[in-house]
Amino acid sequence: MKPASFDLIAALLHTISGLVIGPDKLYLLETRLAPIMKAHKIASLDALADTIRAARPGGITPAIMNAPSPLEVAVIEAMTTNESFFFRDEKPFAHVRTHVLPRLLSTRPAGAKLRIWSAAASTGQEAYSLAMILAEQKSSLGHRSFEILGTDIAREQLSRAGDGLYTQFEVQRGLPMQYLVKYFKKDGTSWRINDTIRSMVQFKLFNLLSDLRSLGQFDIVFCRNVLIYFDQPTKARVLAAIAKQMPADGVLYLGGAETVLGITDAFTSAPGERGVYERTPTAAARQFAAVGR
Amino acid sequence: MTQPGRTCLVVDDSRVVRKVARRILEGHGFAVEEAEDGQVALATCRRQMPDSVLLDWNMPVMNGIEFLKALRHEFGPDRPPVMFCTTENDISFIEQAIEHGAQEFIMKPFDEEILLGKFALVGLL
Ligand SMILES: C[S@@+](CC[C@H](N)C(=O)[O-])C[C@H]1O[C@@H](n2cnc3c(N)ncnc32)[C@H](O)[C@@H]1O
Repeated sequence: MKPASFDLIAALLHTISGLVIGPDKLYLLETRLAPIMKAHKIASLDALADTIRAARPGGITPAIMNAPSPLEVAVIEAMTTNESFFFRDEKPFAHVRTHVLPRLLSTRPAGAKLRIWSAAASTGQEAYSLAMILAEQKSSLGHRSFEILGTDIAREQLSRAGDGLYTQFEVQRGLPMQYLVKYFKKDGTSWRINDTIRSMVQFKLFNLLSDLRSLGQFDIVFCRNVLIYFDQPTKARVLAAIAKQMPADGVLYLGGAETVLGITDAFTSAPGERGVYERTPTAAARQFAAVGR
Repeated sequence: MTQPGRTCLVVDDSRVVRKVARRILEGHGFAVEEAEDGQVALATCRRQMPDSVLLDWNMPVMNGIEFLKALRHEFGPDRPPVMFCTTENDISFIEQAIEHGAQEFIMKPFDEEILLGKFALVGLL
């Protein structure tokens, strides 16, 4: 592959989805884009780059983010890494259950809806895990209304999420057997999430790099195992934008290999909790708190 | 080296499955005992109670659920933790396992990740 071809595809990925790939990831391009090249009858990665370039006389600019072509979309989606499993790393989910839910339930007016966002939902396990936690707490939730939104840039994964159909392998990663029995039904050799849990979650195609404001405010945000694929400026930009979609007492969860440290001041790590972040109080809020003391 | 609290009795009539489970568990600090059916397993437990049991369902002489009932009857409701590991994968089997005091349920075929993940779920890792 010519360096110029690699650069073009790397620029496309970075501009549209935030994904950073170095030249050491050439093999990834080759393996993941092969099916697309076959489907579009494109013979090589160079030819693929030429095709994309020819359709973009203005070059790869931020403006194309809002209107990627079908070929570009296919390339972006093929390059995403979609691994996920139920109750991944367990701790964040336990933290929601034991700390954040009880606190939000006691501080928010009874009529206020609580909103939860799984910001890189992939095949849905994270969003459904959160729904199962809520379902387990049903008695203490009373008539409180909730919304769980799962978003992702990858259509195929999102449509799997919406189906709620998982292989035997997938339901054995992280999911306790009690939840399997309670919240899934067998469907052939696979397992389907039941209607109660399914109906608690909405999925929506959404690019994290786009304007988040249309999504509204979220009390709890899971943005796990996606920032690792971005460079520092992109991480900082996304985190700052997420902070704006959260109230002062909102809580953000990042993946085990992710942090806000050295990237943004918008969040502060929750004392004694790995991967849990709170919004950093604004100067005005700090002053207000000082006056109140 | 085996760490304290880490013995596992692997009960399966397939020598191959016992060997695979043994290799994975020994790689994570467990000392492994083997039994080829429920009756042999029960005798092993009477001699020296393991810290955990990995249990097949369908076996000659005494099957997994009969073993579990006998174990819980003789030694009390929840120790040691028992994880089924079986080709049975109908909800009714998992429900029976729960009813009779199993802590987890692995559906074959399994791999290292699933096995260790389930051990972690019940607090053994
Ligand atoms: C490894 S999965 C994480 C799944 C889940 N959050 C977890 O931790 O198990 C990463 C997901 O991020 C999605 N993704 C990557 N770039 C994105 C972007 N710019 N906007 C939205 N989703 C993106 C990918 O499609 C992929 O499904």
